[in-house]
Amino acid sequence: MIVRIMGEGQYEISPDQLPDLNELDTAVEQAIAAGDEGSFRTALTRLLAEVHQGGTPVADDVFVESDLVLPGADATLEEVAAMLEDEGLLPG
Amino acid sequence: MGVFSRMSLIFKSKANKAMDKMEDPRETLDYSYSKQLELLQKVRRGVADVATSRKRLELQVARLRQESDKLHTQAQQALGMGREDLAREALTRRSGLEQQIADLSAQHAALQAEEEKLTLAAQRLQARVEAFRTKKETIKATYTAAQAQTRVSEAVSGISEELGDVGMAVQRAEDRTSEMQARAGAVDELLASGALEDVTGTAKDDITLELERMASTSDVELELTKMKAAIGAGPSATAPAIEAEAPQAAPAEAEAAPAEAEKPEGSAS
Repeated sequence: MIVRIMGEGQYEISPDQLPDLNELDTAVEQAIAAGDEGSFRTALTRLLAEVHQGGTPVADDVFVESDLVLPGADATLEEVAAMLEDEGLLPG
Repeated sequence: MGVFSRMSLIFKSKANKAMDKMEDPRETLDYSYSKQLELLQKVRRGVADVATSRKRLELQVARLRQESDKLHTQAQQALGMGREDLAREALTRRSGLEQQIADLSAQHAALQAEEEKLTLAAQRLQARVEAFRTKKETIKATYTAAQAQTRVSEAVSGISEELGDVGMAVQRAEDRTSEMQARAGAVDELLASGALEDVTGTAKDDITLELERMASTSDVELELTKMKAAIGAGPSATAPAIEAEAPQAAPAEAEAAPAEAEKPEGSAS
């Protein structure tokens, strides 16, 4: 599974990392919905750490699409929410 | 993965839009490559722009620091002359400047981080673009219509995502820079308008004038006292008046001394 961290590049992660990532994804989603910057930051930081720790960077000459795209460590809740809203992908 | 698979869809839809325009897959490769080179140029320009803004901020901060130091010295002088009110005025103005310096320094740190990120993005993109060029030539050389569509769309979607990512980084840096330029412009205006000159600049500001006036007044008083002493028997009415002023000045100086002693670091810097 390929994950991109924005501003950083792509990583290949192993399937057994998925449950953890899923859990953190839910946390991020809830934080965005609640507009809770603190929880958003905590979840995002853990999420990125998980990818860095278990993932392998994708080589420069490998061109693949990512299954998941994660914001960079310094992205704010507003920026992420805006990105999702811009495309009309965020319901509501 | 709700949020993050949605975010990957955002990139995918952008990549697909770009590809839909082309009929021949080989054209798609060339088109994508030209877009990559364009973006690479743009990122490099972005790095240069951010660096320019950063340097401008550095100059401004240095300038404001000078002004702030000058006010500190003036405050010390004023206190030395027993004019706590004047010293307070100088320090009040100084604290305004210090706030501005702190604000600009924070902006500077943000710009510096942006510059580093963009520099990395430029390096990464360059490596990717070079690799894409090789891949593009390989695909073209071994072109068979049957395979081409898949291989081309794989390569192009892969790099398109990269382009989207870097593109956003550049956009963000551009936003930051233009925001910063507006602020920097305001500080430049402030520096040029003479608002700061009035306070501390080379043109004599009100605090300097007051300090000078006080210095010359005390010189005059000193001279007068000497003259009176020399004459020996001056009119008895004026002598007590001068003596009466002296005790008033003394406590003010006594207050000044501890205040000065509290700031050894400030005066050393």
